[in-house]
Amino acid sequence: MFDLHDLYQEVIVDHNRRPRNFGELADANREAEGYNPLCGDRLHIWLKVNNDGVIEDVRFTGEGCAISMASASLMTEALKGRSFDEFQRIFDSFQHMVTADLAEPPDEETLGKLAVLAGVREFPSRIKCAILCWHTMKSAVEGRSEVAKTE
Amino acid sequence: MSTAPAGNASAFDVNRVRDDFPVLHQQVYGKPLVYLDNAATTQKPRAVIDAVRQYYERDNANVHRGVHALSERATAGYEAAREKIRILLNAASVREIVFVRGATEGINLVASSWGAANIGAGDEVLITGMEHHSDIVPWQMLCERVGAVLKVLPINDAGELCMGELDDLLSERTKLVGVVHLSNALGTINPVETIIRKAHAAGAKVLVDGAQAMAHLNVDVQRLDCDFYVTSAHKMYGPTGIGVLYAKEALLEAMPPYQGGGDMIAMVTFEHTEYNELPFRFEAGTPNIAGAIGFGAAVDYLQSLGVEHIAAHEQAVLAYATGKAREVDGLRLIGTAADRATVLSFTLEGVHPHDLGTILDREGVAIRAGHHCAMPVMQHFGVPATARASFAAYNTFAEVDALFAALMRAKEMFHV
Repeated sequence: MFDLHDLYQEVIVDHNRRPRNFGELADANREAEGYNPLCGDRLHIWLKVNNDGVIEDVRFTGEGCAISMASASLMTEALKGRSFDEFQRIFDSFQHMVTADLAEPPDEETLGKLAVLAGVREFPSRIKCAILCWHTMKSAVEGRSEVAKTE
Repeated sequence: MSTAPAGNASAFDVNRVRDDFPVLHQQVYGKPLVYLDNAATTQKPRAVIDAVRQYYERDNANVHRGVHALSERATAGYEAAREKIRILLNAASVREIVFVRGATEGINLVASSWGAANIGAGDEVLITGMEHHSDIVPWQMLCERVGAVLKVLPINDAGELCMGELDDLLSERTKLVGVVHLSNALGTINPVETIIRKAHAAGAKVLVDGAQAMAHLNVDVQRLDCDFYVTSAHKMYGPTGIGVLYAKEALLEAMPPYQGGGDMIAMVTFEHTEYNELPFRFEAGTPNIAGAIGFGAAVDYLQSLGVEHIAAHEQAVLAYATGKAREVDGLRLIGTAADRATVLSFTLEGVHPHDLGTILDREGVAIRAGHHCAMPVMQHFGVPATARASFAAYNTFAEVDALFAALMRAKEMFHV
């Protein structure tokens, strides 16, 4: 049986307490809003994308549970300097990880530090918390204007 | 430290009550279940489960039209439940007791039927700042449809209604006042008698949302003099999917039907339909017969314990929990009304309510985390969500200790 510490690993607790890249991005050229109406989690993501489609900078603001805050914080760390193509690959891999069979180990090569969030698989009601930021990021990357949801 | 009061030797024996509820005797993640989500739904005593099972095993048939033994038994059981609910509410007649799916449907019925016939452009509906979404949205929908105005009696920082503002909000334009008897998000018990008296003086009708109240308070609709009272069986130890609308007979008599169909008619031709008498006129279609019979058994159960004895026990548990809560660093109580019951709603600095809910769950403690279908209440207190423990007849002081032990574990885990 999974332990609570599989979900609330020290890395997650730490990123919740001290989220990285938290705050507005003054020279952003893309942004998106995410909202989870079930639990009230809100996120705003700002991106600075260069002409080659590389994410030069990414920051976020918002409020939510430890899983959603830490997930967003870790995501911004992972995506800085990545191209849109790489974002899509990591997005798919992350999405797969949090919904995959419990026995399947996460793809650490693609996901790196993001693999600490694999524990949410054991907590079905919390998966949405972990992926809200990714859907919001996708909206920002794709330049969509509607509020991102996890449905 | 708060210490649990010594068990009192009165007639109320919580361990015997616990024996009546099969679901309580289980482990969750290897820990004894501590069920503190009673404001969402209560557990069911064996008497209710047995009543539903026996109905299906012995009496299952459709009501009000059979000429055979089973249908007669089903009808008798269904109507006996209505009479039990009439007695519990002290309504004048069973003609005033309409079975619905729950409090939500009761409010929608009143808004659709009475509201559409009696509320027009420029009229006002007054609700309060602590209503459940089910007592907000139906009125919003009605107001949008007919061009009426929705007004709100605000709440203060203790989670009490700002009663001083009531007189200013009531006017000859006010057609209906909707007020929750016992707030699910805050535990506040509202002064509904005063509100009803003042609303009537202004010429308005009053709907009381009693979804939370009936398991914790004695309700006498004639003494209250409310026009409508709604409740749900599942929050008072009965089944889900069944509830009741009480309405004064004169009002019901004048109301247009809510839904059309079988059972609500006396005679149908393609040219014209004559409607059935009360209360059947408002019960189109085959009703939730098993649910109503289970509801009746829940009323029997509630009365066998005595609502006042349950309330006294719950008050002691709530007071104990509140005392412990005040000793926890970073814990903010949401809802500290002078008159409150059953609900301990709070936030904990550094731990989001949803994380708290997950951590407590793994300790066997079931609470609710979220906005409790009362988003405006959350907005008032400037929080996205709260954690809520809500107590019922079967909760113990030891369970309160388990709640706070789990809370300390959450704080430890989050280094706060």
